[in-house]
Amino acid sequence: MKRFILPLGVFVALLGFLWVGLRLNPREVPSPLIDKPAPMFALAQLHEPGRVIGPRDMAGQVWILNVWASWCVACRQEHPVLMEMARMKLVPIVGLNYKDNRDDGLATLARAGDPYMVSAFDQDGRVGIDYGVYGVPETFVIDKRGVIRFKQIGIVTPEVVTGKLIPLIEKLNREPAHG
Amino acid sequence: MVKLFAVLTMSLALSAFAATDDATLEKRAVDLETELRCLVCQNQTIADSHAGLAVDLRREVREQLAQGKSEQEVLDFMVQRYGDFVLYRPPVRSTTWLLWFGPFLLLAAGAALLISRLRAARSRPADAPPSEETLQRARALLDNNKEQP
Repeated sequence: MKRFILPLGVFVALLGFLWVGLRLNPREVPSPLIDKPAPMFALAQLHEPGRVIGPRDMAGQVWILNVWASWCVACRQEHPVLMEMARMKLVPIVGLNYKDNRDDGLATLARAGDPYMVSAFDQDGRVGIDYGVYGVPETFVIDKRGVIRFKQIGIVTPEVVTGKLIPLIEKLNREPAHG
Repeated sequence: MVKLFAVLTMSLALSAFAATDDATLEKRAVDLETELRCLVCQNQTIADSHAGLAVDLRREVREQLAQGKSEQEVLDFMVQRYGDFVLYRPPVRSTTWLLWFGPFLLLAAGAALLISRLRAARSRPADAPPSEETLQRARALLDNNKEQP
């Protein structure tokens, strides 16, 4: 009986590793940007190319940066959730229209609705690189001091909104803007 | 005529110089690109991948090297944005010790187990000689065998 204990122990340990390891999502790479200042940018707006938008314009309030594109299929799935968030007026949502064609981006918003306060037009994806974007859609929650506090890689689901975003936004809204 | 010749050779020499410069830059860029992971197709380097992001990151690597940045500066730029995961060779730090040294740990554990087994086998007392009864049974069986054709 004793001779089975060691192989059994090894087997159980292996099972434990697999149980945990196979449930991890390899696409969710922890972002080094959490708790770091949101990278600065000043991009032309999607709707009004003559005006710029950047994190500086959003200073002093909690806001969401959502990376999207007209070519991104998952973004279409996410879109109703963003519309609902905009309707709830949780916080302003700024769009980062990533590596898109201006006409396509505008057409998408005209057809499906525009949840964004404003969208920045990142045609060559350089701002995307600064934000470590690798899988659209991605969503950042940025606090009053301009620090990234949360990043969602992939679709923001209703569960993410109620389970993570709303509690976080409520907490961040209570934080002072300075200090 | 001599002047023209001089100008010609000089421009030739200059273009040759520029060409080797381009070649070294290209080699540095490719070397660096094989060190960086494409986060879209995670088991490829950005040198191998045709994903849009890999193309953008290659452009970024080339531009930064052309601006005179060192390899380490470019790697730092990538790690700041994408984290350690962007490096194809993970750095040795406290969170990756298990990754780097785990296999040696397993090897040591296996060796220890083997040695202890061998020692135990050697120190086990030699088997006692078979009893007379067993020997008789064995002889009987052998004799039986002989009688059969």
